[in-house]
Amino acid sequence: MAEVAREKKLPVDDKVHTWPHLVRMEFLVALFVLAALTLWALTVDAPLEEAANPTRTPNPSKAPWYFLGLQEMLVYFDPWNAGVVMPSLIIVGLMVIPYIDINPRGNGYYCFKDRKWEILTFFFGFHVLWITMIMIGTFFRGPGWNLFWPWQKWDLHKVVALTNVDLPYLVGFRDYWWSAVFSLVMIGLFFVVVISLFYAFVVKIKGKEFIERWGMVRFSITAALIALMVSLPAKMALRLLFNVKYVLVTPWINI
Amino acid sequence: MSFLDKIKSDIVESHVWKSIFRHGYEDTPRNRVMMVTANVFLHLHPAKVRRHAVRMRFTWCMGGLTFLMFLITVITGIYLMFYYRPVAEYAYADMKYLDNDMPFGMLMRNMHRWAAHAMIVFVWLHMFRVFLTGSYKPPREFNWIVGVLLLVLTLLLSFTGYLLPWDQLAIWAVTVGSNMARATPLLGYEGPFADFVGANPIYDARAFLFGGGEIGPHTLLRFYILHCIFIPMVASILMAVHFWRIRRDGFSGPSL
Repeated sequence: MAEVAREKKLPVDDKVHTWPHLVRMEFLVALFVLAALTLWALTVDAPLEEAANPTRTPNPSKAPWYFLGLQEMLVYFDPWNAGVVMPSLIIVGLMVIPYIDINPRGNGYYCFKDRKWEILTFFFGFHVLWITMIMIGTFFRGPGWNLFWPWQKWDLHKVVALTNVDLPYLVGFRDYWWSAVFSLVMIGLFFVVVISLFYAFVVKIKGKEFIERWGMVRFSITAALIALMVSLPAKMALRLLFNVKYVLVTPWINI
Repeated sequence: MSFLDKIKSDIVESHVWKSIFRHGYEDTPRNRVMMVTANVFLHLHPAKVRRHAVRMRFTWCMGGLTFLMFLITVITGIYLMFYYRPVAEYAYADMKYLDNDMPFGMLMRNMHRWAAHAMIVFVWLHMFRVFLTGSYKPPREFNWIVGVLLLVLTLLLSFTGYLLPWDQLAIWAVTVGSNMARATPLLGYEGPFADFVGANPIYDARAFLFGGGEIGPHTLLRFYILHCIFIPMVASILMAVHFWRIRRDGFSGPSL
C-alpha cells in the first residue's frame, strides 16, 4: 500500500490527528445534543397512564411507534406473515446487502450516479414502505384500526362494511380445490413475473456481463427479496382496489 | 522559577502524578497521538483519521450519537433502578413515587424515555447514512451485519422497557407487539403448523417470551431482566466488536 501511495504522489497529509480534530467535534456535538435532550426532557413529560388493567382493552391498542409499520401490515397479511416472517426477512435482507451488492464504486463517499438503483431500492424499502407504514399506523388509525384523518374525531361506532372476498372467489372459482390450484398458480406467476422483470431490468441496465459476474446465487437471493418486498404493495393494491382478502386460502395458512 | 511554578513542577514531577499521567499536555504531535492511544476511552479511535471522516456532513454524527443515547439511558436507567421494583404490586406505585416525590425522578425518567426514542431514530439514520456512503462495502461487510444486529437489539431494548411502567399504555402496547409471537409458524399456538409441534397457549413462542400464557407479573420480571441486564450486555459486546472493527478497517472513504 505504501509503495502504491508513493507512486501516485498522493498528498501525505490526508490524515489529521484524532485529538483534537475528531474528539473536539464529537465533544461539541455530544454537548449540544445533551443540552437539547435535557431541554426536551424538562418540557415534555414521558407518558404515564392509569395502572395496568388486563380486563380493559383500550381501543385502539397500538404497539410502540417503531413497530407500527408491522402492525399496519397486519391489515394486509396474517400475523404469521406480517409479524414473524416479514420482519425476519427484513432483518435477513438487510444483512445480505453487503454480499449481493458487488458494485465496487461508491465505497466510502456519497454518490448517486454510480449506484442509482441500489439507493432507490433502499429508499423504496426504508422510506416508502417502512416509514410510510409507521406514519399511517401512528397518525391515521383509530378505534377498530379504522382509517381516520389526524384532525377527525375518533368515532367509536364507525361501521365499515367488510366486503372483502378471496381472490379465487372474485374471479369466479367456487370449488375449494380449483380455488387452491388457481391461488398457487397466481402466487407462482407473481414470483415468475417479478423475477423475470427484474432479470430483464438488470440485463438492460447493467448488461449480460454483469449478470455472469454477479452469479446465480446472488441474483436468486436478490430477486427473491425484491419479489417479497414488492408483495406488500402488491397485496395492498389488491386489497384497496379490488377488496381482496386473501390470495390463497388453505386450512393451514392464508396469504 | 516562581513559587507557583515550583509547586506545579513538584506535583507534575511527583511519583504519583507520573504514574497516572503518562504524557504532558503541550501541543506536540507526539502528545496528540498519546492523548488517544494512552486513554482507554479515546483509544476507540485511531490516532489519526482521514480528513473527510471528521466532517459532520460525511458521518452526520449518527453512530456516535446512538452510542451517546445508549450511555444516557444507562446512566438515567441506573438512577431509575434504585427506585423501581419490577413487581406487579409495586411497579406502578413506584412510577408515581418516582414522578412526584423523587428528586429529579421525573427528569431522569423523561431523559431515559426520550433518549431511548432518539436512539431508535439515530440508529435508523445511521444505517441510512452508512448505506448512502456505501460504507458496508469490502472490507466492512461483517460490520454491517453487526450493525443490523445492534439495530434489532435497540428496538428490543426499547420494547422491553415499554412494559416496565406497568400502566395501560405499557401492557397493551406490549400485548399487541408480542401477539405476533403466538402466530410464529410451528412455534406459536395460533401459527401455521402449530399442531405438528404441539404448541399450545402456555407452551409456545409467546409464552416463552412472556414467561406464561398471558402477560402478567412474571412477564414484568422477565422483561425487566431482559431490559436491564441481558440485552444491554449483549449489545455492549456487539458494540465493542462494532467499534473495534471500525478501528481495524479504518473509516470508510474514497480510495486514495
